[in-house]
Amino acid sequence: MSAVAGAAAPPVNLNVVRWIGFQTIVIREYGRIIRIWGQTIVPSVVTATLYFVIFGSLIGRRVGAMGGFDYKQYIAPGLIMMSVITNSYGNVVASFFGAKFGKHVEEMLVSPLPNWVIVAGYAAGGVVRGLLVGAAVTVVSLLFTHLSVQHLPVIVAAGLLTSLIFALGGFLNALFAKNFDQVNWIPTFVLTPLTYFGGVFYSVTLLPQWAQQVSYVNPILHMVNAFRFGFLGVSDVSVGLAFALMLAAAAALFAIAVALMNRGAGIRE
Amino acid sequence: MNALSVRGLTKTYRNGVQALSGVDLEVERGDFFALLGPNGAGKTTLIGIITSLVNKTGGEARVFGYDIDREPEAAKACIGIVPQELNFNMFESPYTIVVNQAGFYGIPRAVARERAEKYLKQLQLWDKRRGISRALSGGMKRRLMIARALMHEPRLLILDEPTAGVDIEIRRSMWEFLREINARGTTIILTTHYLEEAETLCRNIAIISGGRIVERDRMSSLLRRLHVATFVLNLRDSLSVAPRLDGYVTTLVDDHTLEVEVSAEESLNDIFARLTALGIEVLSMRNKVNRLEEIFMQLVEGRGTAGEGAHGEAAPAQPATAPAGTGQEASAAAAARLPAGARR
Repeated sequence: MSAVAGAAAPPVNLNVVRWIGFQTIVIREYGRIIRIWGQTIVPSVVTATLYFVIFGSLIGRRVGAMGGFDYKQYIAPGLIMMSVITNSYGNVVASFFGAKFGKHVEEMLVSPLPNWVIVAGYAAGGVVRGLLVGAAVTVVSLLFTHLSVQHLPVIVAAGLLTSLIFALGGFLNALFAKNFDQVNWIPTFVLTPLTYFGGVFYSVTLLPQWAQQVSYVNPILHMVNAFRFGFLGVSDVSVGLAFALMLAAAAALFAIAVALMNRGAGIRE
Repeated sequence: MNALSVRGLTKTYRNGVQALSGVDLEVERGDFFALLGPNGAGKTTLIGIITSLVNKTGGEARVFGYDIDREPEAAKACIGIVPQELNFNMFESPYTIVVNQAGFYGIPRAVARERAEKYLKQLQLWDKRRGISRALSGGMKRRLMIARALMHEPRLLILDEPTAGVDIEIRRSMWEFLREINARGTTIILTTHYLEEAETLCRNIAIISGGRIVERDRMSSLLRRLHVATFVLNLRDSLSVAPRLDGYVTTLVDDHTLEVEVSAEESLNDIFARLTALGIEVLSMRNKVNRLEEIFMQLVEGRGTAGEGAHGEAAPAQPATAPAGTGQEASAAAAARLPAGARR
């Protein structure tokens, strides 16, 4: 081994450190998504295909119209959103918990990156996967039905905010999780029921009044309907209220995640 | 301004274990500093606090003048850490690991790629840069963590047992590498259980035991305070009893091996002259224990102050002068026995 260059002064432009650090986390997450594409992208595409075949083509024929649209056309935005939700959440919870479990989260904790950059980087990684898989499921949808675009900015904004919210949710789950069982609890017992009751496969107007009122408490209902409004121009909820809720949820989850990181919850002794 | 300045650092874990009980420590810039202590003494906790992996309970720490609480980003930008446990993603390649680490310190990707080539080549990992890190040997994994820690060219490099499990050839190669880094201005703090390593590399030393610094001195000063050494002589002819050498304690280990305790004031020539007069021929000789190890054991086990061991005229082999103890109590006792000038 030979000599190395002398020690240099530390980079003191903290804004440069933060920006490059953020990019590095996102690039690393993207690399992970691509490296294990069989686990990160393919399953949702297969699932969405099965939903279209079974619910759309086989059962959907008997269902008839939903909300004034062909059933396959009606469920397509919901299926896309479902894949965005599960993948945004799943990416961050698996990646950050894996980093905790393998201790390589320490690579970031010892670096000059402030906690809010670490949270933002992981959340952005979750958004990247959510949108990548969402795009793949959109392509699958086009094989089964026609998708019109009524309000593109609404589609983009709803997709981004939803993936951000669930990426942050995955981050919180990973912070608190002490083992792999706890990584799966929330997706299995919370996310899946909320998604299935969140208006992906039906309009809540079909439900009895009391069930409709209960459904409005489900945040996923608002996200799915805002997204569907972008494609079909119809929604069971107020789109304005849906965006207000999404913005508030994203801000609150980000603040909570950073506060917990600053306290060292789940990551520091 | 010192590279590291720690005052009154305390840490009590949630389970009530007090890992640090008021640590004060100064490490000068440019130093090659040894931080030694038995398992559970508080070394890794101290390093964890300095690198922000462990929340402290009290006290303060500064890295090149940057307070770790008030200016954590600036303080952390100065530090490179090679931890005791492997803590990189085993499924990533060495190249990806080091390039990403540079990114966390704000090093642009183009510069990071150049440095990755430089440090992976210097640590003999360039040929392994593409495979997954899990496939590396134990020594390679250690070297990968050193390369990773150097990617932002830190002013303070902290190595927590960097050569654990590394074979002798690679260890000596790493020593040379670290010496060169230090010679070019990087301050190095080294913890190790290989005391030969600390004695060979480090100029200054602190010994921590029971969460307190029980010794802080120049390595050379500390070693001078050990007054008695035991030499093991390999004899040409067999003996049935240990020869009597007035003024020395001799022990026959086996029929061809003789141990002789010699104080710092006594001449080895005198021993050889006496053995020659008795017709005993010595084929070879070695020091029984590492000198630093002897002092270390005295300090952390509370066996007595370095240099206080009995020696001289017909003295029997001396056992410990104080009951062995462990933990803070024993450490405090050891510290109390040090000469005032030796305590920091």
